[in-house]
Amino acid sequence: MKTKRIALAVAAALGFGSGMAQAQISDNVVRIGVLTDMSGAYSDLSGAGAVTAAKMAVEDFQAKEKPGFAIEIVSADHQNKGDISSNKAREWFDRDKVDVVTELVTTSTALAVMKVAKEKNKIALISGAASTRITNEDCNDVTVHWTYDTYSVANGTAKAVVKQGGKSWFFLTADYAFGHSLEKDASDVVVANGGKVLGSVRHPFPGTDFSSFLLKAQASGAQVIGLANAGTDTTNSIKQAAEFGITPKQSLAGLLMFITDIHSLGLKTTQTMYLTEGFYWDLNDETRAWSKRFFAHAKKMPTMVQAGEYSAIMHYLKGVKATGSDDTQKVMAWMKKTPVNDFFAKNAAIRQDGRLVHDMYLMQVKKPEESKYPWDYYHVRQTIPAAEAFQPLSASKCPLVKK
Amino acid sequence: MTDKRILLAYLALLVALLAAPLVLYPVLVMKILCFALFACAFNLLLGYTGLLSFGHAAFLGSAAYVTGHVLKAWAWPTELGLLAGTLAAAALGWVFGVLAIRRSGIYFAMVTLALAQMVYFIFIQAPFTGGEDGLQGVPRGYLFGVIDLADDRNLYYVVLTICVGAFWLIQRTIHSPFGQILKAIRENEARVVSLGYDVAKYKLLAFVLSAGLAGLAGATKTLVFKFATLTDAHWHASGEVVLMTLLGGMGTIFGPVVGASVIVTLQNELADKVGSLVTVIMGGIFVLCVLAFRRGIVGEAAALYRRMVGR
Amino acid sequence: MEIFGVPLPALMGQLMLGLVSGSFYAMLSLGLAVIFGMLNIINFAHGALYMAGAFLAWMGLTYWGISYWWSLLLVPLAVGLIGVVIERTMLQWLYKLDHLYGLLLTFGLALVIEGLFRYQYGVSGLPYAIPDELSGALNLGFMFLPKYRAWIIGVSLTVCLATWFIIEKTQLGAYLRAATENPQLTQAFGINVPLMVMLTYGFGVGLAGFAGVLAAPAFQVSPLMGSNLIIVVFAVVVIGGMGSILGSILTGLGLGVIEGLTKVFYAEASSTVVFIIMAIVLLLRPAGLFGKEK
Repeated sequence: MKTKRIALAVAAALGFGSGMAQAQISDNVVRIGVLTDMSGAYSDLSGAGAVTAAKMAVEDFQAKEKPGFAIEIVSADHQNKGDISSNKAREWFDRDKVDVVTELVTTSTALAVMKVAKEKNKIALISGAASTRITNEDCNDVTVHWTYDTYSVANGTAKAVVKQGGKSWFFLTADYAFGHSLEKDASDVVVANGGKVLGSVRHPFPGTDFSSFLLKAQASGAQVIGLANAGTDTTNSIKQAAEFGITPKQSLAGLLMFITDIHSLGLKTTQTMYLTEGFYWDLNDETRAWSKRFFAHAKKMPTMVQAGEYSAIMHYLKGVKATGSDDTQKVMAWMKKTPVNDFFAKNAAIRQDGRLVHDMYLMQVKKPEESKYPWDYYHVRQTIPAAEAFQPLSASKCPLVKK
Repeated sequence: MTDKRILLAYLALLVALLAAPLVLYPVLVMKILCFALFACAFNLLLGYTGLLSFGHAAFLGSAAYVTGHVLKAWAWPTELGLLAGTLAAAALGWVFGVLAIRRSGIYFAMVTLALAQMVYFIFIQAPFTGGEDGLQGVPRGYLFGVIDLADDRNLYYVVLTICVGAFWLIQRTIHSPFGQILKAIRENEARVVSLGYDVAKYKLLAFVLSAGLAGLAGATKTLVFKFATLTDAHWHASGEVVLMTLLGGMGTIFGPVVGASVIVTLQNELADKVGSLVTVIMGGIFVLCVLAFRRGIVGEAAALYRRMVGR
Repeated sequence: MEIFGVPLPALMGQLMLGLVSGSFYAMLSLGLAVIFGMLNIINFAHGALYMAGAFLAWMGLTYWGISYWWSLLLVPLAVGLIGVVIERTMLQWLYKLDHLYGLLLTFGLALVIEGLFRYQYGVSGLPYAIPDELSGALNLGFMFLPKYRAWIIGVSLTVCLATWFIIEKTQLGAYLRAATENPQLTQAFGINVPLMVMLTYGFGVGLAGFAGVLAAPAFQVSPLMGSNLIIVVFAVVVIGGMGSILGSILTGLGLGVIEGLTKVFYAEASSTVVFIIMAIVLLLRPAGLFGKEK
């Protein structure tokens, strides 16, 4: 774990006497912790890029809003382990006076840290983790789940594929809690839309050799093989499916994929696949402008996790300025009351269960000949409106939701 | 050293431990205590019986999960939760023991490692462990219904009591007739057999005891961190406890405690500075210990002391 | 045609894949057995050196443009050389001690090697392309077997049998067996036993390196690939016993096939079936299927 401390624009602290508001910000510094996977399977889609996004948010905020308080960013590698991340978060809150912990890719780290945050009465803004548990049985009032969840990505993709005629499904599922919940979310959607699920096979996590599981999927005769896994498990299964001549006879549906996966696999292998994302750099002028700035730092285009990280920190900082306080309850109340409006989300709102509901996008991967410039990977097939994209509040198992 | 001086040394250590949370971060000290207990339990087997188990993480992990589960899902009282974890680990230890003691030496190590890996795979798939997500949000509860363990200070003294008690038990075991027979098995198994002892039974009993105490460490650790994760059951944890014992000095009473303190502190300090190089450093210490330093810190210190006193 | 409700083609397909993983088990457990026979050490670093073999192939291709075919020749030599260095600088000081120290030392080495690659390359794995000559698939009627997988089975069987032949049927092998049986006496006959020990260790880990190169195109090259595999191979070794060379080859292949069959009938148990068999063997025949009780 590398902890870097970047004191950004200490000069901002010079605006000491500019109002009574500052009196309520503890030692007049807002500290943001970025706890993420810097070296493991998810470092591409979050990792250093998420830290870059966080820094951009702080710089932009300081340039535009000229706040009367200083902002510091600390970051650390949680190695995708729940125990390491909760120890780090505890230390940050206890010793280093961190006000908000952000990013938290992988469900285990997110669940661990949001419990620590609740105990210490600090804020957790989750961008990278996927499980719907964060806003259901494990929800709390200091956490916001910002970017996406298994329901929203599985929902969009499965629905679209069934509508395109992919009626019979077989799931290749990573054998752990996250894989199971992804499979469940997707098969519900398949069945609800008139498709049927022929079966599923669970592979050990993390896996390297998917050949025998793919053969089972092949033998099932299903039209669509749903990949209920993530990261390198997904990219490996796609590659091996091609090796065994399974694609293109049967088609694959990646239930949780990121633009970085498409980038590393290449369009030749992934062409015509459907996937759902919460953000695409090439959506409109606003996203292109931001993403090109990001590209200048990171040398690659942002994923939805990195874009969501920026959006979350920006909204938080605006909340601190508006309330003139870094008090958890005050800032959370402001954040939930004020709609999010930026390049990432339009008129998006944070629900009682901590879910930020915003538009999601159904993408289809371009064929190699359709791609005109670097990172030109997707056709945006459909905008899934915020109201439909996420699990309805009525179905939430979160105790905070008043029914 | 005379008995009186040993007693004084124990007392001084106890006073230091009682005062520790005033100066140090209590969570870190509790982690050290848990691992010290884990290493002492392991040392009972390696140091005093001569059996190298490479699967002790299975006991640490299963107790952690069982305790976590009964506290969280079934809302058992804290003390019963600790007991359930300890007994579960002891039962698992019995199963491991029955299988593993059929082979000795290197095979014993490989068998325990393989069995522990099997347990690890089961934990990944079992629904109650939460797989990769781990079992999160375990309530600490109240001890005997009165002492609020949510407070780190209160918990610290409970953990300290558990560890001191377990340490005392290990100490008594080693000096009991049972302990003498274990040592005899380590030195010369054939002779113990020829004296008419059922060696397999003694080995099994030692294994179950060691597994149960390792389980107690795992159960206590769940209380401290409020979660149980796969890290506890991973073979890296099995390797770590071997390293702690080796570094501190196997077959010495205090060695594992010293080894655990050094390793946990080192990991805690280094994690921020060198990232994943921590594993490399641990491996390096391992190699160094085996090549040049086989008696461990306490063993070397005792040898030095004897040389100075014995002239 | 169906067997227990499973279509025959699907069953045959899984059997072939079982043979692929069995090939790796066989090569690695063979290396362990050769080393154990001579040095009385269980080489915990075997998995890490297998991983290093895969990485050396990847680095060769990526940094220096060394093709797969050259890697197949050069990497085992390089890994063997690493083995020789390990034996000369460290292992040789432990022969007089309890064998457990050898296990502990190589465990430490495994941590160091794995940690270094992990630090440098992360854990997410790197792709290694299948060589052009072996891409594509064979139509076996019941399945499309990718040519590369067929190649793995063929090559590893050849290498395993060649090793068996050298040890059991040649003069060199006779010296080796003699040195295993009675080192002092063999030394007295003017054979340089320490040299043979060194070369045996080098050869054993060279085999692991070779397996690593074979594995690179089929799976991802990842720092964790070795430790995931080596524990299963340990179980294989316990099941087979380390008494005979042929025994460890057969056990490796056989368990691969059993694992493949488990994937057909009850996939959830595929990662634990080897350990369950180990437990049964321990109960019925503690010395292992091909082992001699000492």
